[in-house]
Amino acid sequence: MNQVSHAYPSRWKRPPQIFTDPLWRRIIYSGIALYLFLAIGSVEVNWTRVWEGLERGQRFIAGFLVPDFTTRWRDMSIGLVESLTMTLTATVVGIIISVPIGIGAARNMAPTWMYLVCRSIIAVSRSLQEIIIAIFFVAMFGFGPFAGFLTLSFATIGFLSKLLAEDIEDIDKSQVEAIRATGASWLQVLTYGVAPQVMPRLVGLSLYRLDINFRESSVIGIVGAGGIGATLNTAIDRYEYDSAGAILLIIIGIVLVVEYTSGLIRRRLQ
Amino acid sequence: MLVLQSLTKQYGARDVALKNVSLTIGQGEIVGLIGPSGAGKSTLIRCINRLVEPTSGKILLDDIDLASLSSGELRRQRRRIGMIFQEYALVERLTVMENVLSGRLGYVPFWRSYLRKFPADDVRNAYALLDRVGLLAHADKRADALSGGQRQRVGIARALAQEPDLLLVDEPTASLDPKTSRQIMRLISEVCVERGLPAIVNIHDVPLAKQFMQRIVGLRAGEVVFDGMPDALDNAVLTTIYGAEDWTAMRKSHDEDVASEAEQARVMQEVGAQA
Repeated sequence: MNQVSHAYPSRWKRPPQIFTDPLWRRIIYSGIALYLFLAIGSVEVNWTRVWEGLERGQRFIAGFLVPDFTTRWRDMSIGLVESLTMTLTATVVGIIISVPIGIGAARNMAPTWMYLVCRSIIAVSRSLQEIIIAIFFVAMFGFGPFAGFLTLSFATIGFLSKLLAEDIEDIDKSQVEAIRATGASWLQVLTYGVAPQVMPRLVGLSLYRLDINFRESSVIGIVGAGGIGATLNTAIDRYEYDSAGAILLIIIGIVLVVEYTSGLIRRRLQ
Repeated sequence: MLVLQSLTKQYGARDVALKNVSLTIGQGEIVGLIGPSGAGKSTLIRCINRLVEPTSGKILLDDIDLASLSSGELRRQRRRIGMIFQEYALVERLTVMENVLSGRLGYVPFWRSYLRKFPADDVRNAYALLDRVGLLAHADKRADALSGGQRQRVGIARALAQEPDLLLVDEPTASLDPKTSRQIMRLISEVCVERGLPAIVNIHDVPLAKQFMQRIVGLRAGEVVFDGMPDALDNAVLTTIYGAEDWTAMRKSHDEDVASEAEQARVMQEVGAQA
């Protein structure tokens, strides 16, 4: 027995997987290291300015540590209601528009021309960042939550349609085939063969998007699209760090609540 | 009656899955389709209800050529062809009842199926079918809560809910244990006899095919190389279909399975008698 096992090597090394040529491996790795070194070197740091900034940051944090909910409560509550309203309406409208686009963008459900049209809509929606769209809509429709609502709806379409389409493309084909074999129409195949398979994911993604939309609503407020973000921006502009701290705490609290409940619902759905 | 006339299916320019297959299947005839993997068994079955589009040839089901139908006509004809799948192909997240009722989709308008408001006759019939396959108590369970054998029974009930004139059965026992396989094969052949239904059964288990089929068609590389009674399926024929292999050993292990099943049934009976 022992004699036989001696014939085999007792050492083994995992062969390189990506760059198999040792020379090229060395060149590529040292190239990356050199670039990283030069890139870091090119970042200019003004150390005296950093020192001053630290002091300012301290005032900021000191303000946050004694949050003031009362002085600006009226502005805050108006901003909050605006934010929650645009989050919810934008999510609902976004879902209603994204479901047909998502189905159209699934290669296994739609003819090629429809696939291309829907994929282009998704590409446009995804390539424009929320802030850019918000600036655009604020310029078009003026300051306030309407611009925010449009921005979030638009962003929801790109997000939800893409993930829904990818989900539909990943479903178990045999279940769809079985429904098709009964003589079912396209709509019946959709509701019996496809929908049951993607529904839990769709609900989960929608809740996740609700959560994202609330966070985004506070960001786009800074460029004038209304909501709690606008209130936060005003507070910082006025150096009222205690009010700003209160607003941030409220945002964090709501995000936590939304995230926890959406997680709970998603787990129940499986 | 189903008549296939020089049915051919080509994938791409060189890959021929079916070559000039001609077959006639009479009323109430249960035909087993055997052959090695890749011989075109699945393609043949899927060409008949056009889940796979045949390249050329005719598929006559009671004189209607299925191969030349428009998509609307095809859907109407698909209702007449029940299909039972390998791995069951139930919609996992729907209830057993919804799966059986989905056999009626071709007959009801969209709003009825969407709202689950199927006609009373369909619902009654679905319950009767569930009773026939022994799953009446499981009607409201989700399909993914059932065992393999139970799922395939639901698959059978779904196919029968279509009130088909032809049954296509694709490897019904591929993922089942030997005993459940036999029970499922027995159930399929029983319901076919009850209804005088012709059936084509893809099956890779030769002993099982010999036990339950009335006629066997052997397919090799897309061509029919054998068509006859199960008794005519000797070692020489099996070698033409599958290539050389030790057929005697395979048959012996099948006989052992059958013997142990009988033994088990006898023991169960004794236990029942004592109790």
